[in-house]
Amino acid sequence: MTRGSPHVLIVGGGGTGGALAHDLALRGVRVTLVERGEFTSGTTGRHHGLLHSGARYAVNDAESAVECIEENTLLRRIAPGSFEENDGLFVGVTDEDMAYLPGFLEGCEATGIPTQVLQPAEALRLEPMLSPDLKVAVRVPDATMDAMRMPLRFFATAKANGADLLNWVDVADLELAGGTVSGARVRDLVTGRTTRIGADIVVNATGPWSEQVASMAGVDVPIRPSPGVMLAVRGRLTNMVINRLHASGDGDIVVPQRALSVVGTSSWFVEDPDDLGVPADHVQRMIDEGSILVPAVRHAEFRAAWSAARPLIGSREDADSGRELSRTFKTIDHAVDDGVEGFVTITGGKGTTLRGMAEVCADVVCRKLGIDTPCSTRDTVLLPHTAAYAA
Amino acid sequence: MTTKGGSTRRLLLHRYRRGDAEPHIEEHDVPADEGTTVLAALRWIQLHRDPSLGLRHSCFHASCGTCGVRVNGREHLACVTMLADHEGTIAVDPIANLPVSHDVVVDMQPFFARFPDQHPIVRASEPLPHADATDAADGIDEHERFEDCIECGLCLSACPIAATDATYLGPAALAYAQRLLEEPRGTDREAILDWADQVNAAWGCHAAFECTEACPSDVRPAQRIMALRRELRRRRRRQGREVPEPENGTARP
Repeated sequence: MTRGSPHVLIVGGGGTGGALAHDLALRGVRVTLVERGEFTSGTTGRHHGLLHSGARYAVNDAESAVECIEENTLLRRIAPGSFEENDGLFVGVTDEDMAYLPGFLEGCEATGIPTQVLQPAEALRLEPMLSPDLKVAVRVPDATMDAMRMPLRFFATAKANGADLLNWVDVADLELAGGTVSGARVRDLVTGRTTRIGADIVVNATGPWSEQVASMAGVDVPIRPSPGVMLAVRGRLTNMVINRLHASGDGDIVVPQRALSVVGTSSWFVEDPDDLGVPADHVQRMIDEGSILVPAVRHAEFRAAWSAARPLIGSREDADSGRELSRTFKTIDHAVDDGVEGFVTITGGKGTTLRGMAEVCADVVCRKLGIDTPCSTRDTVLLPHTAAYAA
Repeated sequence: MTTKGGSTRRLLLHRYRRGDAEPHIEEHDVPADEGTTVLAALRWIQLHRDPSLGLRHSCFHASCGTCGVRVNGREHLACVTMLADHEGTIAVDPIANLPVSHDVVVDMQPFFARFPDQHPIVRASEPLPHADATDAADGIDEHERFEDCIECGLCLSACPIAATDATYLGPAALAYAQRLLEEPRGTDREAILDWADQVNAAWGCHAAFECTEACPSDVRPAQRIMALRRELRRRRRRQGREVPEPENGTARP
């Protein structure tokens, strides 16, 4: 990496931005990443900590399911120690759930997700806190991860490879002249000073905020911030991740995390991803629906309830229609879509697919910069998260 | 939690920006109900009063350890601390014994620099030696693998020794070392014991137990330091070296 090599400014210090910084740094690109708060403070760190097997999407969103199972396998290899190898169960408790089973197994098979069908007695032997009413359970390679520390390993490794990762730096505006984005005016929140950072390409990796940031370059990004409520109760009620065997719905997952159990989630749409709130009726729904899977949820001690905004790809019309939006991700080269050079958006997706998102985006960025170094993140074992704090 | 009704609470908030001569205290009245957390109140100030307010947070449920602050002088995670559990005005200050970056944000680098060489990755998520993919769910007890410590720094903030001795390695790092001894997983046990057998390490603790009081994650760092000392005493006896008095907080070699 030399001073003369191209410079990429990444806006957004969530999992996607961190993974992109890592990917580009490995390809010899000079990288600066700016994040207005602490790294992973937006959406990434707030998720329930599920490493998706993809089974949740196997029936209705095969593209996401395939992305998930591929990245699930790969992340275990490059981030050893960041996952509990605890697996997940999809649990059927009603006749409707049972009707969902054949299609679910077919979908998993078609998308390459291994399954093992367990009879109720076997499932209860593995997880005694499951509802005694369960009719079937399907074991899949879900896992629990640390929603902050796993992504931080990408930051740690990017930093060790020379990327300049700046938290507490807010983008005041993008510099747009003659149809080209050439950098950003940024405010350092530690000193209060405003400066500019020039760049050959600016990447917008701000998840549910990507529409706001894109508007600084005068372009539109079809992102709908869609928060979900999660509830943490004390006690590790199960060891495996417990999912409801049905088309997705509210409160249909229980993720064990350390000595907590996290119940998620709900879904609605907001305009401002900073202003989410935690609707009390959603919290109650987590208790009601979660206890269908694991009855002890109802009487477990409350620890916390919070909201996180997913960045779902779709127009306002799509969102208004109530149609289920895909969980897949999208890289937008705004030169192609909007005639604005030097500006790329990567958005959508989910925690599990952060590396894959970064690879696709870095391919686009490198093509624009004339760099032909291939991606090497599939085989690069990541540093421990603590290296992200190194001086 | 969602705020209802017209109740407000007054926060006395520590503000500081690099270059300021001194920190100052800023008063904010924030809407509150019985479920409003300190973190929600600080986020409200960020959203409605001053977006430049510096604030660490990530998980919002006491799992990441980033949002540690002092509330009326005592260490708490802002995300699980209710305003309703504190009377009167509520002072929110950064945790102690680490350098303040800005507002209530501290620089965690010196915290992690205290740990022994093997950095604490989320080790407990690794499969235990006897476990494999097919028996990973045999029982909860055998497979509770995530470490309890969330590296929040509250124990270091509460530690009276760390307040007077910047070289003291402090509760989190010592508890971590003791955890390594319990389950070495290939780490060099003797090197860990050498590291711990220092005046500014295991022997630096005066057994005030403030760390255990402050810990939001039931790690009980003080008890782990005492266990570490028992191990060190045994080793010193074997080595024919001076052995400090048992459980005497001020005993130093």
